[in-house]
Amino acid sequence: MSKPHNAARRGFLGTAAAAVGGVMLAPGIQLIEVAQAATPGASAKVRWGMLIDTTRCASGCTDCVTACNTENGLAPPARSTDPQWIRKVEIKEIKTGRAASLPVMCQHCAEPPCVDVCPTGASFKRADGIVLVDRHSCIGCRYCMMACPYKARSFVHEPLADQRPDVPRGKGCVESCTLCVHRIDQGDKTTACAEACAKAGHGAIVFGDLNDPQSEISRRVRAVASVALRADLRLDPGVRYQGL
Amino acid sequence: MTPPRSAFGASPPGGVSPHRASACALASGWRTPCDMQVARRRQRTGRAGSAASAWLRWQLLGRSLVLALTGCLLPAVADDGRALWPTIEKPAKGAQCVEDTATMRRQHMDLLKHQRDDTVRGGIRGAKHSLKDCVGCHAGAKTGSVAAAPGDFCVSCHTYAAVTIDCFECHTGKPAAVAQRKP
Amino acid sequence: MNARTETRNFWLLVAIGGGVTLAGLGAAWLMEEHGHAITGMDNQVVWGLPHVFAIFMIVAASGVLNVASIGSVFGDAVYKRRAPLSGLLTLALLAGGLMVLMLDLGRPERIIVAATHYNLTSVFAWNVLLYSGMFAIVAIYLWTMFERRFNHWSQAAGVAALVWRFVLTTGTGLIFGFLVARQAYQSAVLAPLFIVLSFGWGLAVFMLVQSALFAWNGQSVPGPVHRRMARLLGVFVAAALYLVAVYHLTNIYFARQHAFEAFVLLGRGDGGSGFATLFWLGFVALGSLLPLALLFHPRSSARSVLAASLLVVLGAFAFLFVFIIGGQAFPLEIFPGYQVSSSFGDGAIAQYRPSLPELLLGLGGVGAAFLLTTIGVRVLDFLPRDDKASAGAKGGD
Repeated sequence: MSKPHNAARRGFLGTAAAAVGGVMLAPGIQLIEVAQAATPGASAKVRWGMLIDTTRCASGCTDCVTACNTENGLAPPARSTDPQWIRKVEIKEIKTGRAASLPVMCQHCAEPPCVDVCPTGASFKRADGIVLVDRHSCIGCRYCMMACPYKARSFVHEPLADQRPDVPRGKGCVESCTLCVHRIDQGDKTTACAEACAKAGHGAIVFGDLNDPQSEISRRVRAVASVALRADLRLDPGVRYQGL
Repeated sequence: MTPPRSAFGASPPGGVSPHRASACALASGWRTPCDMQVARRRQRTGRAGSAASAWLRWQLLGRSLVLALTGCLLPAVADDGRALWPTIEKPAKGAQCVEDTATMRRQHMDLLKHQRDDTVRGGIRGAKHSLKDCVGCHAGAKTGSVAAAPGDFCVSCHTYAAVTIDCFECHTGKPAAVAQRKP
Repeated sequence: MNARTETRNFWLLVAIGGGVTLAGLGAAWLMEEHGHAITGMDNQVVWGLPHVFAIFMIVAASGVLNVASIGSVFGDAVYKRRAPLSGLLTLALLAGGLMVLMLDLGRPERIIVAATHYNLTSVFAWNVLLYSGMFAIVAIYLWTMFERRFNHWSQAAGVAALVWRFVLTTGTGLIFGFLVARQAYQSAVLAPLFIVLSFGWGLAVFMLVQSALFAWNGQSVPGPVHRRMARLLGVFVAAALYLVAVYHLTNIYFARQHAFEAFVLLGRGDGGSGFATLFWLGFVALGSLLPLALLFHPRSSARSVLAASLLVVLGAFAFLFVFIIGGQAFPLEIFPGYQVSSSFGDGAIAQYRPSLPELLLGLGGVGAAFLLTTIGVRVLDFLPRDDKASAGAKGGD
């Protein structure tokens, strides 16, 4: 127990500890390197939303619906059992007779009733505000379909084949508009419906980050009057409508 | 203790009999206990030798039959690609898998299960264990899928191991068309 | 009836119950193979006939335990003798109802996910826990009644079962009560309504099963006992009618609910008057008023009491059909004050026609409950004994 012995022992232990630490950390360092190759993932700093200008929506135009169906691999709906993620709704005010046309899809509420009622937590709200169905946990109970005020959700009543690789969907699960999450995650700045509407020259749909004060959608909702559907329910939807 | 009274019967089937011997006899189907003893004695003497050799003969015949059948079936590969052993089609690109074979065999289900939550709930796409990338490499040349025909990559092993997968009820087994990732 | 005939009859009943259950399982398999497209359900009416059966059985399961509660908790001797049968019926009906619910899922093979992943803001998730707990509590309760050493625990177990089933039935009512979007639901009164409905439906089922069992055994329910239970059933039916009236009256008071009430009560709308007919004729007239008359009439006989019980059960199905399916058939009001139309059925009353697989699945659940009751009564001593010789059994009088 003389001093030189202690020092040598401590030195050895110190080196050994450093070596072990390095060996343990090294795989982690390597993993971080690999993770950077993947997309960054959803961020809570962002809140994705949509503004729909119903004054630019022509009755009978279904460009957004067609684009959504193509993008997500949905067949054109023929029966009441066929899923519809977005549909054009024609409305006419009973008292005044004023008519309008607008697309309705999942409103991506900040307080989604569908998320509250899902027994397994398959219906969930992502960090960036997109409300999705995790089909790995969905048991197909359809309670979220009962709870949704906008009839946004569809149930897959039949076996499916040839799904789009980015959009897995299958029989027995519930699904709804995903705000083209597979595109958004990979850095795309818009959804299929908004893109198609813009390309066709109508420009009725604007998609963007509601949390970014400089985004086009934020500037537009600051400038024009827009409402949420069923605003009395206080669900704070991410989709707003102008001209209603 | 009185037997339970139920709606549809006064006593359980079989009943309780005061004479154990006759009850036993009734149960076993013999008329008297004597008969049972005679049968046991017969088994032990005289007939033992022929019984043993008959048993041996049946054993030999049965076992050789099983061996022959197994031998015949071993190299069998049906025309539809179904085989007794999994037919692992090497990916056309010849690239290396993201993990070594042994790790993949043991852990691919856990890796995929972890990744799916990262992708669906976290929005992380294109990570190391992305299912889409697995499909992209492993889709068979004939069917263009990992799960369409019995000889395809995923289905082949899973059929051999008798483990059901329901990934491909929702996920397509066919790879995505080559596309540039948008910036 | 000698033992041989009884045994043969038992196996005959098992065969019938088993056959019906198998038909239900077959229908469930078909739905699993081909998807729900083969049923009458679609994206508007998402819960169909199987849910009508399932919710009836679950609510009745909770209510049938009332008989045992009156016995164990309030010490009524007549009801105490009936407690084990009541417990058995609870388990059987709950099992049948849950079987239908689970097989109607889009992915029934994922029950294990439902059992291991809980979103505790969901009433459904609570119900998974409540139903499982109900099985356990009623099983323990039955055990305290059968095991002589634990008879003194049966009151505590009875109280636990009573509290648990109040929470459970409240949960069942709140499945609908928590749905803010639908005009047919979104009401707190649904919780007490379901509790009172459970009292009536459960007692009606109990009386039907009890009379059938006694008849098979060549006995009859003692007159005074039968009359007491008949009057109690009448009280429950009246209370249920009262709460349904309150629910509708409140709705009628709100202008925004007028369209829905006109649809359900008067049959206005393109859907036709099917739901209104079913409500007034099926539930109110045949399911409530006629049974009340039969039960409280001074010259009511055992037969009229049984007829009343059967009518209450049929009225229950009518009520649930209007409540569950009518509530969904009426379109969601996304644009109040507007006339709406779309490719997805917005603004239109949905047309729902029950299909054969749905009916078979629902009946399969009833068959399973029947099977469990038949086997249970055969194997263990569930039949209530009202003769004097029963003193000392089942925890004493």
